[in-house]
Amino acid sequence: MKKAILYLNQFFGQIGGEELADHAPEIREGLVGPALELSKQLSGVAEVTHTIICGDNFMGSNQEEAIKTILGFLEGKEFDIFFAGPAFRAGRYGSACGNICKAVKEKFNVPVITSMNDENPGVEMFKKEMYIFEGGASAAAMRKDVMAMAQFGKKILTGEELLSAKEEGYYPRGERHQIWLNPPVSASDRGVDMLIKKLKGEAYTTELPIPKSDLVPIAPAIKDLSKATVAIATSGGIVPVGNPDRIQSASATKWGKYDVSEIDDLVKGEFMTIHAGFDPAAANADSDVIVPLDALRAYEKAGKIGKVHQYFYSTVGTGTTQGEAARMGREIAAELLADGVDAVILTST
Amino acid sequence: MTKEIEKAGITIVQMANLIPIAKTVGANRMVPTISIPYPLGDPSTPKEEQWKLRHHRVGVALDALATEIEEQTVFKVKI
Repeated sequence: MKKAILYLNQFFGQIGGEELADHAPEIREGLVGPALELSKQLSGVAEVTHTIICGDNFMGSNQEEAIKTILGFLEGKEFDIFFAGPAFRAGRYGSACGNICKAVKEKFNVPVITSMNDENPGVEMFKKEMYIFEGGASAAAMRKDVMAMAQFGKKILTGEELLSAKEEGYYPRGERHQIWLNPPVSASDRGVDMLIKKLKGEAYTTELPIPKSDLVPIAPAIKDLSKATVAIATSGGIVPVGNPDRIQSASATKWGKYDVSEIDDLVKGEFMTIHAGFDPAAANADSDVIVPLDALRAYEKAGKIGKVHQYFYSTVGTGTTQGEAARMGREIAAELLADGVDAVILTST
Repeated sequence: MTKEIEKAGITIVQMANLIPIAKTVGANRMVPTISIPYPLGDPSTPKEEQWKLRHHRVGVALDALATEIEEQTVFKVKI
């Protein structure tokens, strides 16, 4: 029998209401409140051995201490999975469930599952980092929400095949997995099917939803290009032959910077692309088609720009999550600022 | 990446083949390229032609960096 532990707030942990929201964390052997239902729903596969209870305000205002105490409780306990909530639409509780799940997952590397209503701010804060099931607005949905968490937990514990976020009922984490369709329908057939539906004005579901854009303030124009230092960045995977930084060919989490201060042209045999998302022949033959160093040098010589920056920056933009891309962008931006770069040409493939 | 660099206050232009995607993900200054595997030079054309195209489009990108804009803008290329 596998073992599970559940986190609850002071209210569902039957300590008391708002007036007891400062309740310090405690752990109890056995089942309190929703733990009864959870253990029942898990039966046959797992049992809930302990219930952790912490006041929402305690977690909110003494987060570090609360998490440290709870991780201390869990030290040495045997458990295979961790649950929190359901938190319904309770914002502080949702945030607490997210924070504790994240900490438990990081420290003990067990699956963590929680449940929140889509209006709960905890969803936006934590959905990328854990399974958050789409729950009801209030405790009236308790049984249903606990059941959803339990059933998915059982699937994980028994190694059953896990379906997509939508099919399972949790908020998409922004992760992509390769799956085999049954029956197998090729991407070209699915694409044409969608196109036909679109032409007929019928409803269809895209397989690549594009998240809503969130614009950044437009940076001012460069006043005097002839004094500006311009850098090139790319998501086209151009690297020195040998790929010294071992940037991944897909789903990249690394980027590299390469000194071109002595080079006017990226020649075959010295630079190449490691991007796995397109035919590399053209870029391997002449990497300037993706990192146009030769053209930028010409503008430097002609005096149109002040200087080509010493380095160009490169990563691979296929299968790369928006989160990773943003992190890499921030890291590159910090270097550019430190180096006094005024402007960037970014080429994407 | 483009957005994070722009957020840091550095003026940036994105040269992309898939302009609608660049627009959706939030690039502000954009210059179109000719393809995904060879954005700035078609290997089936003579080297000279590739150079002309690349030199022209990088020039447009530089002018874009020096142009004040009010909204997301796709700069026009001639070749």
